[in-house]
Amino acid sequence: MKRLLLSILFCPVLLSAIAQSGRYAGAMQKNLAMFDSAKTTAQLQAVSDAFVRIGDAEKTQWQPYYFAGLALSTAGWQKDVDADVNSPKINTLCDKAEALATTDAEKSEVYALRNMSATQQMLVDPQTRWQTSGQQATAALKKGLQLNANNPRLYYLQGMSLFGTPTQFGGGKDKAKPLFEKAISLFNAEQPDGFSPRWGKERAAAQLALCQ
Amino acid sequence: MCNQSNGIMKKLITLLSIILISQYFLHAQVIIKGKVKDNRGRPLPSASVTLKDTYDGATADSLGNFSFTTNETGTQTISVTNVGYKPFEQTINIGKDPIVLEISLKEQLDELRAVTVTAGSFAAGDNKRGTVLSSLDVATTAGSNADITAALKTLPGTQQVGEKEGLFVRGGAGYEAKQYIDGTLVNNPYSSSVPDISSRGRFSPFLFKGTVFSTGGYSAEYGQALSSVVLLESIDLPERSEIDASVSPLVLGAGTQQLAKNKKSSWGASYNYVNVGLYFGLVKQTPDYFKMPQFHSGDANFRIKTKSGGIIKYYTTFGYSNLGLRRSDVDSLDLKDAFSLKNINWYNNISWRENLGGGWRMKLGASYSTNKDDFTQQVQNQLNQPKQFDPSVYWMNYKNFAIGNRQDLTQLKAVFDKKLAGISSIRFGSEYWYSANKFTYNDTARRLVDHLSGTFVEANIFLTNDLAAQIGTRFEYSSVIHKADIAPRLSLAYKTGKGAQVSVAYGQFYQKPENTQLFYTTNVGFTKATHYIINYQKMNAERIFRVEAYYKTYDDLIKTVPVGYNFNNYNNSGSGYAKGVDVFFRDKKTFKNFDYWVSYSYVDTKRNYLNYTAQLQPDYAATHTASLVMKRFFTELKCGFNATYTFATGRPYYNFLINNTGKYFLSDQGKTKPYNSLNFSAEYVPSIGKTNAKSFIVLFASISNVLGYNAVYSYNYSYSGAYKQAVEPPAKRFFFIGCFISWGVDRSQDAINNNL
Repeated sequence: MKRLLLSILFCPVLLSAIAQSGRYAGAMQKNLAMFDSAKTTAQLQAVSDAFVRIGDAEKTQWQPYYFAGLALSTAGWQKDVDADVNSPKINTLCDKAEALATTDAEKSEVYALRNMSATQQMLVDPQTRWQTSGQQATAALKKGLQLNANNPRLYYLQGMSLFGTPTQFGGGKDKAKPLFEKAISLFNAEQPDGFSPRWGKERAAAQLALCQ
Repeated sequence: MCNQSNGIMKKLITLLSIILISQYFLHAQVIIKGKVKDNRGRPLPSASVTLKDTYDGATADSLGNFSFTTNETGTQTISVTNVGYKPFEQTINIGKDPIVLEISLKEQLDELRAVTVTAGSFAAGDNKRGTVLSSLDVATTAGSNADITAALKTLPGTQQVGEKEGLFVRGGAGYEAKQYIDGTLVNNPYSSSVPDISSRGRFSPFLFKGTVFSTGGYSAEYGQALSSVVLLESIDLPERSEIDASVSPLVLGAGTQQLAKNKKSSWGASYNYVNVGLYFGLVKQTPDYFKMPQFHSGDANFRIKTKSGGIIKYYTTFGYSNLGLRRSDVDSLDLKDAFSLKNINWYNNISWRENLGGGWRMKLGASYSTNKDDFTQQVQNQLNQPKQFDPSVYWMNYKNFAIGNRQDLTQLKAVFDKKLAGISSIRFGSEYWYSANKFTYNDTARRLVDHLSGTFVEANIFLTNDLAAQIGTRFEYSSVIHKADIAPRLSLAYKTGKGAQVSVAYGQFYQKPENTQLFYTTNVGFTKATHYIINYQKMNAERIFRVEAYYKTYDDLIKTVPVGYNFNNYNNSGSGYAKGVDVFFRDKKTFKNFDYWVSYSYVDTKRNYLNYTAQLQPDYAATHTASLVMKRFFTELKCGFNATYTFATGRPYYNFLINNTGKYFLSDQGKTKPYNSLNFSAEYVPSIGKTNAKSFIVLFASISNVLGYNAVYSYNYSYSGAYKQAVEPPAKRFFFIGCFISWGVDRSQDAINNNL
């Protein structure tokens, strides 16, 4: 009977917790689905805001902020986005995500995001910014690899950076190819759980095809 | 018992679940919708609306509309955020009915977004967006040969004066433009020069991270410049430690920069030796150099970051030069004028920039410079022997002289800056210049000491991000002339669209007479200029277009009233005006890897000053000037090619004589032919893109005036005025080749480890 009473007493708390986490999972899933179908800058902005709302309400989850940043970063490659406005927003979200991330592997994902944010800012004026934003992008990549040497997304991003650099400047297809290969082998070994980031495999494969 | 209790529990759980779930899922959803606008009623797309501490919310669409549903009830908080606006919160009570909200966000004043006054000034920095000229631009502008002033001469508002150094800006003479390093005046920014041959600036563009070239209407912080200021801001800390060497037939140099491991301090030193002997042997010069020009220069610096984020910087440079040349005498083709010049210059600058907290910032600066020139001139015959003249041609004896000129300047300066409400701020400061000058002409010595003090206060007021005003005033007192002045300055900027703005500026500017005049009399006052400027600018990261119109008046300019051949009276009865338009367009976007800019200046200016007999167009002012600067980098070749073409219409020249009755008159005048110059330069950077390269090599070559155009800058007249001699550059073309190598200790890895 004691157990029963205890159960009755704790049940609402427990159920509430279950419902709560179910609610979190549901909202994340819904937003990730929205993210997948978002195409325009406005849609990606809305997805990002929705993730921020989840993050702000939950207060302990790093992933909502991570995906909020990823949505802005996805928008950041589009022509109508001013990286000097967009990237600082991504960086703020990265700071929030990194503060809540508990493992090195999680933090490593945040650095992939930081790399893209800095790269986008560099691309505004590469000739004068490679020393500042370009260096920040490289630094983020290195730090990310330090935290998790098996993060496939970092190799993919490194490959993309080399792919976009002229051969004369130490880049080119030949330099990028082994990085895409490495990324793909790591993607194949990756077993993402929950809402862990899992993007990049198809893109890496497509890029590798361009290197052949 | 067990089964029974399990049964009860199952029922209870089901019941509780229903209660709980109904709380979340069965409650009637309420619609919350509305519109987000700014304080002027314009819709704010992409504002984020959130029901605080819930997942519910929406992002405003392109019309500022938003709509979402929620299951929450009771008292809740709506929170709205949008970049550039102050966050907004409102308490709402959610019942059963839809809620409609009209939300108005207040603009957040933001230094990065706020408009800045651009009237009159070209801001240039290496890291700022949309810079006009970076130090690399200075080095790769064909014809500049890494001289800051030469590169600035490709911007509108400047004259193509080749026979004198200095920036001749918008109808202003060279000495009316001043250079400042880290806030304090540079007394001798150029190497000492020989008459009719301009010299280079003393400072390398790579010392500076930012340059502001103001062609008028500048801040009350700066005084003693009638037409223009060039504000140079030195680099804080170098990117990395390195050792550099430069090798060229003209110059040999070596230097180092050492950055401390913790990136908190650095020091550096360098030395350069220039000897043009070999070059002049290969490329014929019109003058006969009997002492080959030699220049020694050394510099040293240290920089220390303070705990609270400030920085202390010290820079010193020492220079020594010696040269001698003979040119034909304008009064007799059988005679030559042998001119020699020896110069010693030592410049020191220390500055301290600190954040004092509580919105206060401080900038302290001190500098000391000493400059000594020894000029001698001797009239010589065809055998290069000195020649004396009898009193019937007494003026020829005036051509034999020995002049010594020593200028010492000590300066102290303090500027404080206090943040006011929003991003508005007030700045005030004081400076004190102690200048001591000694001038000897043959055996006569004259001394001049001046205590000049200046105080200014200036408010930067941002009414919105789109409207800014700068209001300031400056007070100055010069002890040598016992005169004070008050100079008001005002400028406004209004953003008219994305990256576009209109600015206006007004200001009064005072400058004390030149030392060469004060040596003879100190019974004169400040000279004065008044500027009115209107500017339109549109820019983004890759293109900039600006057009500026101005009107200036000059009052109280120094007039020299000749009393005899070599003696004048001085007074402030001179005056003049300048009006014109400057246009500038730079484009890095239209053609890939191709960067070009176009400058055009029109100026209508007249002055009655110095020995002019009436209001005349000054001899340094051309009516139309245009430059086209092009740079193309070929990544496949690792090579860059640069070309600059400059054109200016002819400049006037005058000859004034005294007639038999002692009256001074304009005996002859004319206009030189137009000026043309096409310059090329190229750089080859083999180390580019090599990761982990230990050395970085740049090979550089340039040719000035490729087409060999015979430039005529002006004319010198014989004593009688019967004969005139063209003032031309010492050689048609100038060639330079050089190799610059740096060996670096890359500390970027340290930077990564320390910063992350």
